[in-house]
Amino acid sequence: MALSRIASSSSRSHLIKPLTTALSLRRPISSLSSTDDTTTLTFETSVPFTSHRCDPPSRTVETTPKELLSFFRDMALMRRMEIAADSLYKAKLIRGFCHLYDGQEAVAVGMEAAITKKDCIITAYRDHCIFLGRGGTLLEAFAELMGRKGGCSKGKGGSMHFYKKEGGFYGGHGIVGAQVPLGCGLAFAQKYSKDENVTFALYGDGAANQGQLFEALNMAALWDLPAIFVCENNHYGMGTAEWRAAKSPAYYKRGDYVPGLKVDGMDAFAVKQACKFAKEHALKNGPIILEMDTYRYHGHSMSDPGSTYRSRDEISGVRQERDPVERIRKLILSHELATEKELKDFEKEVRKEVDEAIAKAKESPMPDPSELFTNVYVKGFGVEAYGADRKEVRAVLP
Amino acid sequence: MASSLRRYGRRAVSMCRTRKPAFSTSCDDTSLLPQSGTSINLFSAINQALHIALETDSRAYVFGEDVSFGGVFRCTTGLADRFGKHRVFNTPLCEQGIVGFGVGLAAMGNRAIAEIQFADYIYPAFDQIVNEAAKFRYRSGNQFNCGGLTIRAPYGAVGHGGHYHSQSPEAFFCHVPGIKVVIPRSPQQAKGLLLSCIRDSNPIVFFEPKWLYRLAVEEVPEHDYMLPLSEAEVIREGSDITLVGWGAQLSIMEEACLDAEKDGISCELIDLKTLIPWDKETVEASVRKTGRLLISHEAPVTGGFGAEISASIVERCFLRLEAPVARICGLDTPFPLVFETFYLPTKNKILDAIKSTVNY
Repeated sequence: MALSRIASSSSRSHLIKPLTTALSLRRPISSLSSTDDTTTLTFETSVPFTSHRCDPPSRTVETTPKELLSFFRDMALMRRMEIAADSLYKAKLIRGFCHLYDGQEAVAVGMEAAITKKDCIITAYRDHCIFLGRGGTLLEAFAELMGRKGGCSKGKGGSMHFYKKEGGFYGGHGIVGAQVPLGCGLAFAQKYSKDENVTFALYGDGAANQGQLFEALNMAALWDLPAIFVCENNHYGMGTAEWRAAKSPAYYKRGDYVPGLKVDGMDAFAVKQACKFAKEHALKNGPIILEMDTYRYHGHSMSDPGSTYRSRDEISGVRQERDPVERIRKLILSHELATEKELKDFEKEVRKEVDEAIAKAKESPMPDPSELFTNVYVKGFGVEAYGADRKEVRAVLP
Repeated sequence: MASSLRRYGRRAVSMCRTRKPAFSTSCDDTSLLPQSGTSINLFSAINQALHIALETDSRAYVFGEDVSFGGVFRCTTGLADRFGKHRVFNTPLCEQGIVGFGVGLAAMGNRAIAEIQFADYIYPAFDQIVNEAAKFRYRSGNQFNCGGLTIRAPYGAVGHGGHYHSQSPEAFFCHVPGIKVVIPRSPQQAKGLLLSCIRDSNPIVFFEPKWLYRLAVEEVPEHDYMLPLSEAEVIREGSDITLVGWGAQLSIMEEACLDAEKDGISCELIDLKTLIPWDKETVEASVRKTGRLLISHEAPVTGGFGAEISASIVERCFLRLEAPVARICGLDTPFPLVFETFYLPTKNKILDAIKSTVNY
């Protein structure tokens, strides 16, 4: 039985790889004295990209002080939002199931930096931060989490079902792996309309073992769809480590005939570089897999403490060595773009912003009970309840 | 018929605490309790049954997502440590694969006990259950079967589960000849029925009421016992109306029965336990006595299993019925996030229907 051959050897240690080389920053080519927006900073990604059936992009990335600071701010905001959601859930203000993204922020932020809102993103249930990245507001997010009218899905979806149509965000899907074939459909429509946009279909390392994923890969490759399969590998499919669930945890290679790229998903600039590369590739050649090597600090969902199947040392090790927010903080400090205090103040502002959004979201009313019956079919065609305690139901025809 | 009449005689209604979901078996059946058990909750009862199943049959296996560290509801706690990782193991997240694998394992004469983490996730495995598991025996002319397969899945509302952790998909599977569908209502029932399912020679889908995993606590015998499949149980005797339900819904129905009693209405409550093949005789006998029938389940009313019970009983008891059969079920909407209490067949909805049916 395959399970007896569990190889514990190399599988653990790679999670916490020393990234000191990357963090002991090289001095940028450009001068540090001027930090206005036109300055270009150049440095290298934490680790080289590893590729499968394609030539990897360069490790050298260019950015501006403005972008660097905005990355810090966006990620700090996402981090704070997720921590706040954790408390709201524990206070029973958030019901339903809730999956938090803290630790993986660099994927959402780096991806957005490389693409436009005309490109589509579709993901699973760990969707809060992707939604923010697509232009969603904190208020919409918290209102949705608490099932309020002001939420991005009118309070009818909850944590797992965030959507933003005008931002090209197709959700927000509850069943593991089910969103990936949908991504192929989106990409086909994009290709057909020749508008040079692409779809990023996100899934986790757990979902990578679902049969649907391989069906989607085949279709995308067969029809050269501009689909980018983004495997957010946080190394645990619910409570099972990747190497216990996958014969080959090299997810970027698992498309076989589909090219792939392994990316440090804790490095927002590596993610950005990879997504830019992938978009160009997909428009020219069809699908590609991006495996984002990342980590979630929380458990799978709020009912999982996240400590029964991994050690606390592992989690704190990742926090110390690879944290995506800390990486950006160090970059900013080393380039002397801001002082430590300024960044702390930044975080205080973010915290305040989150608290204000929560307060506002709490003021948003619950949806009207009639909303229970809307959107089951198109407007005017559905069911409604009446009678004592809404016992009777009748179909309503257009 | 005879057996169901005998069951009438020995049921003293006691059960049910005042707290809503804490339903329990009213057990005055001494054969079930030759020795005193300990008070445990439903997930512990399931856990006991799995321990016994693996202990008594060396060809029994437990597998599913995260089961080796106990599963998300702790039903499989301690199994991997005791029986080893060769018999209790995690699978990847691939429900279709899990069930298909189980069919093959069972076809080699093993007891394959598969866990689908939530009944909401069973749909990717639908094809394997309907097309492979259910028809294996029939289409091979009895050369092969997967009778050793038992698929466990937590189903139903939990108060705040939202769209994908609350559904009750039992009716889909009741449309499939070749499999059995079983749903227990309490810890004691869960243990006995699960052991029967595991040892039954047919593939079975066993839905566990997740709302009761921790809430339902009762004395459960520690020894190995089985409860018969396809036998409904009259858990409360009455003369004015028959109520039929299963799983967690029975506790809600029991509350309605108690309230109706205050208004002088005597309700008979039946736990169907096995949905297919179901015990028509017990229900028929009861309806012949009361002349009225109410069915309640959490799944949406249209196409729910209540429809099948209603049709069958109308066929059998047409002239005896004094009112239309009432179905108090989930509404015909997706399972909602924020309107769960509107959606659910609550006590008041049932009580209201009891009154209007009796006063028809």
